[in-house]
Amino acid sequence: MQNRSLFLKLLSAAIVFGAWEIAGRIPISYAFPTFLESMTALAQMTFDGTIFVAYAETLKPLVLGIAISGIVGVAMGLWIGLSARFEWLFAPIFVVMQAAPLAALIPILVMVYGIGLTSKVFVVCIMAMPVIVLNTAGAVRNTPASIKDMAKSFLASDRDVLTKIIIPAASPIIFSGLRLGVSAGFIGAILSELKITPTGVGDIISYSRSIADYPSMYAAIFSIILLAVVFLNLLELLENTLFEGNNRGYVSD
Amino acid sequence: MSQINPATLADARPALDSAVSVRNVSKNYGDVQALKNLSLEFPRGELTSLLGPSGCGKTTLLKIIAGLLPQSAGQIEVDGKTVTGPGPDRAFVFQDFALLPWANVLRNVAFGLELRGVAKSEREAIAEKYIREVGLAGFEKKFPHQLSGGMRQRVGLARALSVDAQVLLLDEPFSAVDEQTRRKFQEDLLALVANEKKTFIFVTHSIEEAVYVSDQIAILLPRPSRVSEIIRPTSFRGKGVDNIRRDPEYLDIVDEIWASLRSYVE
Repeated sequence: MQNRSLFLKLLSAAIVFGAWEIAGRIPISYAFPTFLESMTALAQMTFDGTIFVAYAETLKPLVLGIAISGIVGVAMGLWIGLSARFEWLFAPIFVVMQAAPLAALIPILVMVYGIGLTSKVFVVCIMAMPVIVLNTAGAVRNTPASIKDMAKSFLASDRDVLTKIIIPAASPIIFSGLRLGVSAGFIGAILSELKITPTGVGDIISYSRSIADYPSMYAAIFSIILLAVVFLNLLELLENTLFEGNNRGYVSD
Repeated sequence: MSQINPATLADARPALDSAVSVRNVSKNYGDVQALKNLSLEFPRGELTSLLGPSGCGKTTLLKIIAGLLPQSAGQIEVDGKTVTGPGPDRAFVFQDFALLPWANVLRNVAFGLELRGVAKSEREAIAEKYIREVGLAGFEKKFPHQLSGGMRQRVGLARALSVDAQVLLLDEPFSAVDEQTRRKFQEDLLALVANEKKTFIFVTHSIEEAVYVSDQIAILLPRPSRVSEIIRPTSFRGKGVDNIRRDPEYLDIVDEIWASLRSYVE
């Protein structure tokens, strides 16, 4: 089973990279390098250290923004899900935040917070937080009434109900919100580097494009996707460690 | 029918020691009156069924006794103490099992003790004892989704037994399991009532089930709900589980109850 799933993962990677290589060789566009060219560029950037310098810059707003969104977002979501008044007060903010066209808001953010780290962290949070808050709130509100009743009938305190019933019951959806939020946060981090000030990975992307070094540009994009995938896998690992019972396999198993 | 005692006769027998007393309880949901001035005594160490057509408020009454719902008027006493909320003297078995899907059988059974702050090793030892008692030995590490419906309800039953409450409240516990499992459960329940010396309050919509397992059957009639009669089967309880269903008294009571309920069933 374990081997089979690893095999399938490798197979799907091989198909995608194979298709990329073929599309680059045709080529479908002058600005589209092959997979191997891009990987060579990536190796080059890794060996001369450019990529690490870039990530040192990019990870600052990214990690800070995702950490704030994760902690504040889950806390706000729990509160919104538990209290109708709090929902009335705060839920609309996150709905608006989720629906707002972020690129249009960036000039306002820059006007208020300047072109430094603060604005970039804000962009990451605006991207990541709404889906985390709204998923958490929805999951909390949908806790099955019968297991809440069960806990109360066995003398659970309000705190027991929250920590032993509501949070574990909501955790699969909270974590799916976190996964979506983290992915959106990555988009936000790159967007902020493209739209506010070109630093880090965003700088590699826009600079390589301006000098038509497309392999480097795609290498940078590839590296950020790779990092996002690693991050999401770590998140899944965290979920399976914290909430062991969530890993219940598939319906068809 | 001499073996059927009307409610007035049951009231005239104060010698019975009541574990739970329901006195003049009413329950309103907005304008709807679900229970009206309902009084009922539950004798200690016996199984009392609440039987009635759907919507007659039997589950509402059970949840009020459990302390999960507040009554609008009246009083509940368990062992002479007025009920104001859930208490350690009562344990509940749920119709939909209400197991924690993320916890294994052992933790589910020990969950009531966990909430009472019993140390882990101690509560797991108690839980293991009751897991064996309900016939689930070997399944301690399984999760609820790996069990059949009948096994899940055995987990719910073991959880209720492990907190050692004097009163067990069972809300249609066998309605979500298949017919054969249900028959086995009913036989096991009779043994449990005989061995555990606890008071059982059992909600069901099945007439046969109520007559089969009960020492006392309270017939509730709907809108608003009140006790229409109390039946105490007398002759077949000692004859063994295999003989109950063909006992003439069993058959008579089943017919009698159906005759009084049929006009309330849409």
